[in-house]
Amino acid sequence: MTWNLDNNMPIYLQLMDRIQRDIISGRYGPGDKLPSVRELAVEAAVNPNTMQKALSELERRGLVYSQRTSGRFITEDEELLKELKREQAAGYLAEFMANMHNLGLKDEEIRALFEEAMEGEKEE
Amino acid sequence: MRPILECYGLAKTYGNGHWALGNLNLSLERGQIIGLLGPNGSGKTTLIKLINDLLVPTEGTIHIDGNPPGKETKKIVSYLPERTYLTPSWKVSDLITYFEDFYEDFRRDRAEQMMEALGIGLHARLRTLSKGTREKVQLVMVMSRKAQLYILDEPIGGVDPAARDYILNTILTNYDENATILISTHLISDIENILDRVIFLQNGQVVLNASVDEVRMQQKKSVDMLFREVFRC
Repeated sequence: MTWNLDNNMPIYLQLMDRIQRDIISGRYGPGDKLPSVRELAVEAAVNPNTMQKALSELERRGLVYSQRTSGRFITEDEELLKELKREQAAGYLAEFMANMHNLGLKDEEIRALFEEAMEGEKEE
Repeated sequence: MRPILECYGLAKTYGNGHWALGNLNLSLERGQIIGLLGPNGSGKTTLIKLINDLLVPTEGTIHIDGNPPGKETKKIVSYLPERTYLTPSWKVSDLITYFEDFYEDFRRDRAEQMMEALGIGLHARLRTLSKGTREKVQLVMVMSRKAQLYILDEPIGGVDPAARDYILNTILTNYDENATILISTHLISDIENILDRVIFLQNGQVVLNASVDEVRMQQKKSVDMLFREVFRC
């Protein structure tokens, strides 16, 4: 059940990314306690010091906060969480658009395809 | 706290005019997992044997927690040699008792628990076990000590990928936060993610000593890829 990590990027950045996604997607809710560094390191099959670094970095960005004796918790700042979700979605959209343009599709065609896909999802 | 291992001006020749290690300086911090990497004949095993008092340096010094290799350091260093030294007629349980007698920091409960998880019966005779299983037994014994420095010479070479995962997991779960683990291996990509640092040896010299993420940040590639480039044949 190890995390899927890429070979060329620094590991701690990938860990931050993954935990951030888990927070945005709601796997960890606002105010929830995060597992310990050791538990997360074992789950991801990475070095505990690397996991520690990722968490410190997330803490610096205000996404998690630590309480001295009881561990690390997810921020309760819902605005920040919304903002992050928007950022992440914007990233996916930019990637989507780039891929579509690479296929040589015009904006109008993309819009039509996109709407078709949305309709398809509704029917399911 | 002082580093767990300090080597200064370390050199070793086997008296044939060839230097297996030459003027090697190295310091290992506590609480790290370090990969010792290098092609065949680069000096990895010579270094490891020097640290474990199995060889005497030709020049230079080694200190482990401030002491030269010897009786005191063997109490705090848990060493997995690259070759098996197990007595074939013994049972797994005999081996556990032997280690318990020999090392104050050995923990029987931990050993028995790991043997069980790996499906190794305590009453099995070592001679009846497969090569891979014997390797697992040996690693379990070494990791069941509460040492300050673990030195693992090719710990995962002979075991299947599933057992490899379990072993890496065992290392991550069991090692003490202040203990240091030095792992020599060729299977870099399998262990890269659990390492703090990597040390590349070439012709008896340290050619790289960096954290895994430093390598990835600066070189934009994994340690495994970098190794293949540096040591291309």
